[in-house]
Amino acid sequence: MSSIKEREAQVRAAAAKMGKGTYVEGEPKNGTFRKDLQKESSKIVTLEEAIRRSGLKDGMTISFHHHFRGGDKVVNMVVAKLAEMGFRNLTVAASSLSDVHAPLIEHIKNGVVTKLITSGLRGELANEISHGLMEEPVVFRSHGGRGSAIANGDLHIDVAFLGASSCDPAGNACGYSRSENAKSICGSLGYALPDAQYADKVVILTDDLVDYPNTPNSISERNVDYVVVVDSVGDSSKISSGAIRDTKNPRDILLAQTAAKVIINSGYFKEGFSIQTGSGGASLAAVKYIRESMIEKGIHASYALGGITAHMVKMHEEGLIERLIDVQSFDKVAAESLRKNPFHKEVSANEYASADEPGSAVHYLDMVILSALEVDVNFNVNVLVGSDGIIRGAIGGHPDTAADSALSIIVCPLLRGRIPCVVDEVTTLITPGSTVDVVVTEYGIAVNPRRPEIAERLKAAGLKVVDIHCLKDMALKAIGNPDPLPFGDKVVGVVMNRDGSVQDVIMNIVD
Amino acid sequence: MEVKNAVAGTLESGDIMIQIAPAETKGLHIDLESSVAAQFGRQIREVITETLTGLGVEDASVKAVDKGARDCTIRARVTAAAVRATGVDVWA
Repeated sequence: MSSIKEREAQVRAAAAKMGKGTYVEGEPKNGTFRKDLQKESSKIVTLEEAIRRSGLKDGMTISFHHHFRGGDKVVNMVVAKLAEMGFRNLTVAASSLSDVHAPLIEHIKNGVVTKLITSGLRGELANEISHGLMEEPVVFRSHGGRGSAIANGDLHIDVAFLGASSCDPAGNACGYSRSENAKSICGSLGYALPDAQYADKVVILTDDLVDYPNTPNSISERNVDYVVVVDSVGDSSKISSGAIRDTKNPRDILLAQTAAKVIINSGYFKEGFSIQTGSGGASLAAVKYIRESMIEKGIHASYALGGITAHMVKMHEEGLIERLIDVQSFDKVAAESLRKNPFHKEVSANEYASADEPGSAVHYLDMVILSALEVDVNFNVNVLVGSDGIIRGAIGGHPDTAADSALSIIVCPLLRGRIPCVVDEVTTLITPGSTVDVVVTEYGIAVNPRRPEIAERLKAAGLKVVDIHCLKDMALKAIGNPDPLPFGDKVVGVVMNRDGSVQDVIMNIVD
Repeated sequence: MEVKNAVAGTLESGDIMIQIAPAETKGLHIDLESSVAAQFGRQIREVITETLTGLGVEDASVKAVDKGARDCTIRARVTAAAVRATGVDVWA
């Protein structure tokens, strides 16, 4: 029994007992130089081939991320291809949708797409849907809520189509690129990570196919089935479009300065605090004023969360903010920083903001500054539906960060033109008032009666604290009483709470 | 009171542009286009009508393009347009 030949019977018997076959020698080793070999990766296929091999069928759910924001090219490219291939009744589950996705209107009319799941909608697509374009209501979730729903199976994704700024033939993908051919960078791929992990099939679309290994990677090859090379996945210059811009509006600057004073005097502005700023001019600009105070008082933040911007990166590089936790890069500087700064960490939507993820970053967040379309006298906030009843925004991480932070600060003007921002009751309930602590307007600061200690601290600092009802009255006095909106009786949108329950519905608007 | 063609206001956010022209039939004919029509269209028409009537303008065709102006702005723009249309200086 000294040779394997002599043990053959025993080998066969052992295999039979285990229900396995016996080893047969395979193909001879491939001696090709590996840089050449990787070019023949079986994962690299055309978009059409990827769709076909993915097993996608009519009625299934496909998903996308929105890291290219207004510059996204992936959604329109993939859905156009699916339409061409004759698919029907698809559900599009994107982490968010914006103005650039107006071509979906035709695909909805033609029955290619029959359901949308998203964090937000803007532009002509939002307008049409508000007027009743779809049979099925759009399902809206917060970023944390979407992460939870994907992880717990409430939102099952059949095929994810994820744009990446660089990818190797094995599928290791990133939102930035270290190659010389980098075309479109978006930074963090945080909202794509739950899709990559949980979707049945994952297709990476990239405009920069790099050599293996594309490390450090954001999406791992083990989660990727196909890699599709395209001309362009997105326009990086447009990632700071939409809700994100650096404000020069004097009113926004006043609001930002006031918000900074609230933070500095809140009781949470001390060594090791953590902070997040949402989108919206005033909320982003507040960071500049907080920075001055941090330098003056010698205070450092342990981390900034977001929604990372150039301002945050600067403060990180200056040593004012120890770490950056980034679910989404809000501009090119942030996207570049993720590549070069080791303490600028990318996190998935779940690690960022899911209620059922005990270690999510929002749980350790001291303060968040958020914007709003409307706040009501019960501190409820609407960031999704305009005061004309038409969908024009996104839930984003608004309810997640408000609920889990130690102090949530909403910054909004009292009026936008003739539209009041402080109202009796919000048009649509997105962030419950029980999670909102402070509302900053240019006419005064309202503090939720649940937080009397905060009101005391702000008053002691000489800030103008007013009853939220006074703000509402002031707004109405300036503009008169608005007539009720002409809502119809069709539900066009369903707003999910981050815990998976249904929180509100959006009715159609009739012209 | 006779009116000629006249304009006041701009299309900036928070403003309203008022164009007054002679009416083809008796009365005030207001054609309103507003970014806040659903909630404030009725009020805007009321303010335009009251302002013109108060200035003695009873027959005119009015085209109003509103970008969320408040009542005080609407009154000011309508008054300026009426002064230009009638040649009667109400501020003198």
